[in-house]
Amino acid sequence: MRETSLRVKVKLPIATEIQKLEKKSLVSYIYIGPPTNTTLYGTESRIQLNDQYARVSDVPEFVTAEREARNEADRNLITTSLKVHKETKMGVVTDVKQELRKASAFRINYSTLKGIAK
Amino acid sequence: MRRAAPEINAGSMADIAFLLLIFFLVTTTMDVDSGITRRLPPPVDSPDNVKVKERNVLNVLVNKNNMLLVNGVPGDIRTLKDVAKEFMTPHYPDDPNYPEVEEQTIKFIGSFHSSKGVISLKNDRGTSYDTYIQVQNELARAFNEIKEELSVNKFGTKLSSLSKEKLEAINEAVPVRISEAEPENIGGN
Repeated sequence: MRETSLRVKVKLPIATEIQKLEKKSLVSYIYIGPPTNTTLYGTESRIQLNDQYARVSDVPEFVTAEREARNEADRNLITTSLKVHKETKMGVVTDVKQELRKASAFRINYSTLKGIAK
Repeated sequence: MRRAAPEINAGSMADIAFLLLIFFLVTTTMDVDSGITRRLPPPVDSPDNVKVKERNVLNVLVNKNNMLLVNGVPGDIRTLKDVAKEFMTPHYPDDPNYPEVEEQTIKFIGSFHSSKGVISLKNDRGTSYDTYIQVQNELARAFNEIKEELSVNKFGTKLSSLSKEKLEAINEAVPVRISEAEPENIGGN
């Protein structure tokens, strides 16, 4: 059912105050986490856009492409869902968030699981 | 004497299997994505410091060892919600230990003193994402509890059973003001 195959390991954090993401067609995904193939790519967290690894500088292009793929009317309603591995350092997440701000993709969703953290 | 074992009528087995298949088809839902939704602020060219009165700000700092500093005092994730909630609850008449209040006229609620408090969240590049989400979650919980209390107070019902207009009124009375500082390295890198 997944549209892209994951190249990074994403174990989501747990939260309680969550909202459901409505309108799946208006959601674009950014995955951040350690590569699944650690022998080849190491353990440092990587960004995955579509189905390949990307750098922080590739984010604006990705946002533009996602926007182009939607209807004119829906372009400002796109939510970017950040699927980030829980042990990732905030540095890379902050960088991606800064790029999203610059690219005017303001609506974001930190993807989490529902539950009570211990 | 040996008797033949009674046979089970298997004629309807196919029907039962088919029924089960239909049942599971109908009841299975695909997992929906959920998470904490936030709105990023528009980029600013020069991050000039907007003057906000010190009493209106609750500073939450998270360092690279995932330790919290709340208004200059070491904090704990377990008490963060209560601290944030107490801070953000509007105090009227004016109390210098809490943020200023501002009188507003809101539909359905009428005149209401809402807090001008802001929670400033700052984290290090080395903070773990998990901690960041926990902090965001606790802050969201604080706001939600304030909203819940206001809802029970003004409308006598839970937040989840409010009409859309009334929910908007509550959201206007209790604005979620979590400000994230422009990123910079803080301490110990």
